[in-house]
Amino acid sequence: MSAFLTSSRISGAEIAKELAFFAVIALMMSVMILGVETVDRPTGLELAVRWDLVLTAIVSTMIGRLALIMRRENMSRIGQAVLITLAAIAVFEMFVRFRELDDRWAHPVILDMASSSITSVIVALAFIGIIFTIAYFSKKTAVAEADTAPKLGAKIQLAYRSNTKKIGALGIAFFVIFPFLFGENRSAIDLATLVMIYIMLGWGLNIVVGLAGLLDLGYVAFYAVGAYSYALLSQNFDLSFWLCLPLAGIFAASFGIILGFPVLRLRGDYLAIVTLGFGEIIRVILINWYDLTGGPDGISSIERPSFFGFADFSRRVPEGNIGFNELFGLEYSSMHRLIFLYYLILVLALVTSFVTTRLRKLPIGRAWEALREDEIACRSLGINPTNTKLSAFAIGAMFGGFAGAFFATRQGFISPESFTFLESAVILAIVVLGGMGSQIGVVLAAIVMIGFPEMFRELAEYRMLIFGAGMVAIMLWRPRGLLSFRDPTILLNMSTKDKVAGEVK
Amino acid sequence: MTDNVQLEVEHLTMRFGGLVAIDNLSFTARKGEITAIIGPNGAGKTTVFNCLTGFYVPTEGRLTLYANDGPRLLERTEGFRIPRNNGVARTFQNIRLFTGMTVLENLVVAQHNRLMEASAFSLAGLFNLRRYAKAEQEALETAKFWLNKVGLYEQADWNAGNLPYGSQRRLEIARAMCVNPSLLCLDEPAAGLNPRESAELNVLLQSIRDDQGIGLLLIEHDMSVVMKISDHVIVLDYGKKIADGDPESVKKDPAVIRAYLGEEEDDELPPEILADLHLDPNA
Repeated sequence: MSAFLTSSRISGAEIAKELAFFAVIALMMSVMILGVETVDRPTGLELAVRWDLVLTAIVSTMIGRLALIMRRENMSRIGQAVLITLAAIAVFEMFVRFRELDDRWAHPVILDMASSSITSVIVALAFIGIIFTIAYFSKKTAVAEADTAPKLGAKIQLAYRSNTKKIGALGIAFFVIFPFLFGENRSAIDLATLVMIYIMLGWGLNIVVGLAGLLDLGYVAFYAVGAYSYALLSQNFDLSFWLCLPLAGIFAASFGIILGFPVLRLRGDYLAIVTLGFGEIIRVILINWYDLTGGPDGISSIERPSFFGFADFSRRVPEGNIGFNELFGLEYSSMHRLIFLYYLILVLALVTSFVTTRLRKLPIGRAWEALREDEIACRSLGINPTNTKLSAFAIGAMFGGFAGAFFATRQGFISPESFTFLESAVILAIVVLGGMGSQIGVVLAAIVMIGFPEMFRELAEYRMLIFGAGMVAIMLWRPRGLLSFRDPTILLNMSTKDKVAGEVK
Repeated sequence: MTDNVQLEVEHLTMRFGGLVAIDNLSFTARKGEITAIIGPNGAGKTTVFNCLTGFYVPTEGRLTLYANDGPRLLERTEGFRIPRNNGVARTFQNIRLFTGMTVLENLVVAQHNRLMEASAFSLAGLFNLRRYAKAEQEALETAKFWLNKVGLYEQADWNAGNLPYGSQRRLEIARAMCVNPSLLCLDEPAAGLNPRESAELNVLLQSIRDDQGIGLLLIEHDMSVVMKISDHVIVLDYGKKIADGDPESVKKDPAVIRAYLGEEEDDELPPEILADLHLDPNA
């Protein structure tokens, strides 16, 4: 170990002191969580002690800390890489053992993996490989900052921001041809539809949070209002989906205004808490107003959408209607409806995005952004803060309502359980992770937040581990979201590219 | 003289609980004149501004703005309506720009109400109708005019927060002027400026006064600015008006000198001795 410490500027005693300090912290954090477990024995509950896990935690913390010290003091890079990898393996080992507690003296992880499925070997090797590469190739911080040449991140940013439109067009093209690529794959279309719902919700909430800067923790309420408006209108008044879609949007927008009016004089944290409360109120009403909403039983067999009222997608077409397959002379396939639903939500989402980008360049959108920056200055310029905030709330809610109506017609069944606070949190996370106000950022974040965990379902707990690591990485490197850049709505004597280049430097 | 009045403040009183911030203040500000409000710290100058621009509702008094379309009672107008239709625009003691937006966007946001009407509350704008495009072009021209006036044309696409301090001050004035007000209230526009920037500010304010013909109301501590450009000076102390007149007469007013420099020991002398020293004992 001492060979790595040749260029040391701090004494061995200081290193030892720091390591000891972190060992104590690791001990305190792990002793209750990892160290003891209640075991159900025939004689009753007993405490099993697992010092080996505590020891692994402490050792891996110390190794990792040593690597950090070496990095801080600009010591051997290979040494750092080796140490970080060792720490990673130790953590991994601990994790695997933690999962196999029945066999407390499990084989070392490498042997264990050899006998397990091929995926986990690949995952583990990839994990360790990535850690080693990052550790080895990451430049020392001091050197990187002194570098005058543009950094890789800056280059990517410049490329992205000066080609946003092209990237957007490519993205749209990809989503349009998606069903042709995976036409027969039911789960792929289902997943794409699900992701698209969240993209639409993210874009809708983006108006409220990203542009107007109003932290809304109860957005799911408008999603619920949209879903229930469609379900109830369709069941009680026998209205078609195409008539109910705009109605659902109008209902959700009016709820946005009704809920927004009393709370919009609040700011920041207070607004967040009140909107959270309203989100819950709507859910609790849905549960308890049994006569209208069916309470926790929900509403089932909601009417599926027709092909714009011309044709029907079901196998047995009702009297007087024509089937979609007959209309186009195709074989009947249950995929037709799914693909139609996919395109429907794609169009709805694109409308949301188009309206948002357009509104941003209009006086109302500029007023939203100005309001986010400074409300007092806005008042001094004659902007009505209440109406401006309400319009953001109402338009955001309207798109939430559209998405809700779509959700109801796609699922065919809705219950209050689909509209919990967790949903609001996920949508908000998509907006924040994507970068406030960024359209493409929301798409990326929705794929990351919804798509990836669904895609890698067979990796079981590993996916949540990787997901968590990803979140930490984003917090470290992109704390303001994946694509958190604001493009000006109007430019006088610069091109967007010049403007971006000036900012990136 | 009366037809030239831009703003008339009558018996304005503002109380915060037991504290009387402004006590029975009356003054007028005329069109095409710079009226300066000066006074020691805590005299209530900014409170007067906050009453005029609707951030506070005055406890008593009447504030009449003589805009192009006739008199308006500011104390009965909701805060955000005061700047509308040639109303009152203001700047702030600690600059309040939209720092994340560009210089140009700051000036376009200031023309919100006109653009909002032209875009038929966004509908016309959403479908990109010609009517809105024309209004936006006009707004852009206004913004360009003021950018040239304050010398920020080259920096139009910068983020407002990246401008140097002096330029931010000037941008805030330009933004207020884009509201197209009939009265402009400037809260310490020269604070933190160096002598050269201060001199530039004087030129800017004088040209606003002369070219736009609107009333300017100015709070300022920098006497080089106040004495050089103002046509009319009002001095406040503890919420009361202690002097009102042209700069020269105010400068010599003993009450003003006392408020700024404190009571001199001479004042404590008996009147006979004061008379011997040729000072007015009633001063």
